[in-house]
Amino acid sequence: MSRSRADGILVYGLRGAAAISGAIALLIGLFLVLESLPVLRGVGPLRFFSDASWHPSENLYNLVPMLWGTLFAMAGAVLVATPLGILSAVFCQYYAPASIARVYRSLIELLAGIPSVVYGLWGLMVLVPLIGAVRPPGPSLLAGVIVLAILILPTIALSADAAFRNVPSEYARGAAALGISRWGTVRHVIFPAAKSGLFTGVILETGRAIGETMAILMVCGNQVQTPRSLFDPVRTLTANIALEMAYAMGSHRSALFVSGLILLLLIVALVSAAEWISRGRIYG
Amino acid sequence: MASAAARDRAATIVMWSVAAGITAVFVWLLGDLLWHGVGRVSWDFLVSLPKNAGREGGLSSVLVATVLILLVCMVASIPLGVATAVLLAEFSGEGLFARLVRRSLDVLAGVPSIVFGLFGNAFFCKALGMGFSILSGGLTLACMVLPIFIRATEEGLRAAPNEYRLGAAALGISRVSTLFRLLLPAAVPGLMVGFILGLGRAIAETAALIFTSGYVDRMPESLLDSGRALTVHIYDLSMNVPGGDRSAYGSALVLIVMLLGINSAAWGIARRWQSRSLLRV
Repeated sequence: MSRSRADGILVYGLRGAAAISGAIALLIGLFLVLESLPVLRGVGPLRFFSDASWHPSENLYNLVPMLWGTLFAMAGAVLVATPLGILSAVFCQYYAPASIARVYRSLIELLAGIPSVVYGLWGLMVLVPLIGAVRPPGPSLLAGVIVLAILILPTIALSADAAFRNVPSEYARGAAALGISRWGTVRHVIFPAAKSGLFTGVILETGRAIGETMAILMVCGNQVQTPRSLFDPVRTLTANIALEMAYAMGSHRSALFVSGLILLLLIVALVSAAEWISRGRIYG
Repeated sequence: MASAAARDRAATIVMWSVAAGITAVFVWLLGDLLWHGVGRVSWDFLVSLPKNAGREGGLSSVLVATVLILLVCMVASIPLGVATAVLLAEFSGEGLFARLVRRSLDVLAGVPSIVFGLFGNAFFCKALGMGFSILSGGLTLACMVLPIFIRATEEGLRAAPNEYRLGAAALGISRVSTLFRLLLPAAVPGLMVGFILGLGRAIAETAALIFTSGYVDRMPESLLDSGRALTVHIYDLSMNVPGGDRSAYGSALVLIVMLLGINSAAWGIARRWQSRSLLRV
């Protein structure tokens, strides 16, 4: 009797804890909306895209240049990191001798754990002066793309590695028995079999690239402008929040929460896309 | 066929050069840190207070604040995370409630750290009135590491053989005892993995802390004082303090060594604990 009551209490306790854990994401959404409401109501959502510029003190709230900054930096980094990360996982899984593969894999894991502020420090001290020597000023979209690509490379490399490990080893052995070359096997047997895992990896790295703040804040120059070339300084949505949150008041502060809300919506869309792809695997 | 062989050879060369390139970047990064940082790090650097905005002096108050933030984060996230993982793995895996919780945790895992910072500022600092404090920062980080911690613990629990549950049920042992005497000890490796991953993520975090635990580099006297985390210190020194480069490099080196230390120590503990807990059962 008392035993089953203890079980019941346990389950209720666990439910309560799980409810709290589950509520955090909702709470985040709720607070972002609550804090954005004053400016959304007072200014209206359209003016975030149609105003002349971003000068919150003068009631001008154009977020578009920063949205471009985020998208360009993300797209550049994903374009650079995806092939490199996938090839690096292929190397680990199918090309490297076992001992080198082990060392190489732990190196990638180590890279994954390095704080973004350290990547930013390296970018600021090493990369930015190098770029500045080629084409001033130095802090630029290009620096952001490179640092971001290095930062997200471990993410795609590790998920591609996991995706390749899930491919049944019979596939590779069967291809070898048919006399297909190693690259032919990877290209025509392994890649198609690991497709959905690779897509999930790309989505994960895209999410990291959108949300990254510190590294990009330190190397991008942070001028509010739509970049015309890779060497132009840019400011991303995340960097904008980090830079201005310290002193923002009133509707300026509220506008920063709006950009946080935009970031959150982008991430929710990505997570849903990932879910959709992983569900597709059952039928595909 | 000759062209296929040539392509195969070209692919092999590409693979090795990609790997070599990535390794080279890594060596460059760590080498740069060591080269510029090692001269700054000394015992004195670790135990003295920062002076002149961090250009001189050391890290003591920053290290104390960092450790306090991590403690708050772990104390808040471990019980909550373990309880949630137990519910998801052992009690209601597939129900609607569990599905909702899981979906919500998936979203939480993807939320950018700067958004956690905004939320922490609005919720812990303003709505709950904790202000810029170590408590606010630690709790914000706890929200951030929770999904990582839950996933690893859940996997640890799932790795416990089903015979444990069936055998305990056959012996009429309550689920509470089964959980505490059998399943949780068996899940310790998973728990430790989650703990390491969470700690690693928390110690590396900057953006979520800038407007929750703040910038103040004085020695914190209570959890309600503002405290500057090591990552925030590095950021501030490199961006806002002219001539702070050397201290920034030194602090970054200390941070990397701390991360490596946590990783290897925790793995050692996990391995030992695993064998011992199974013997006790």
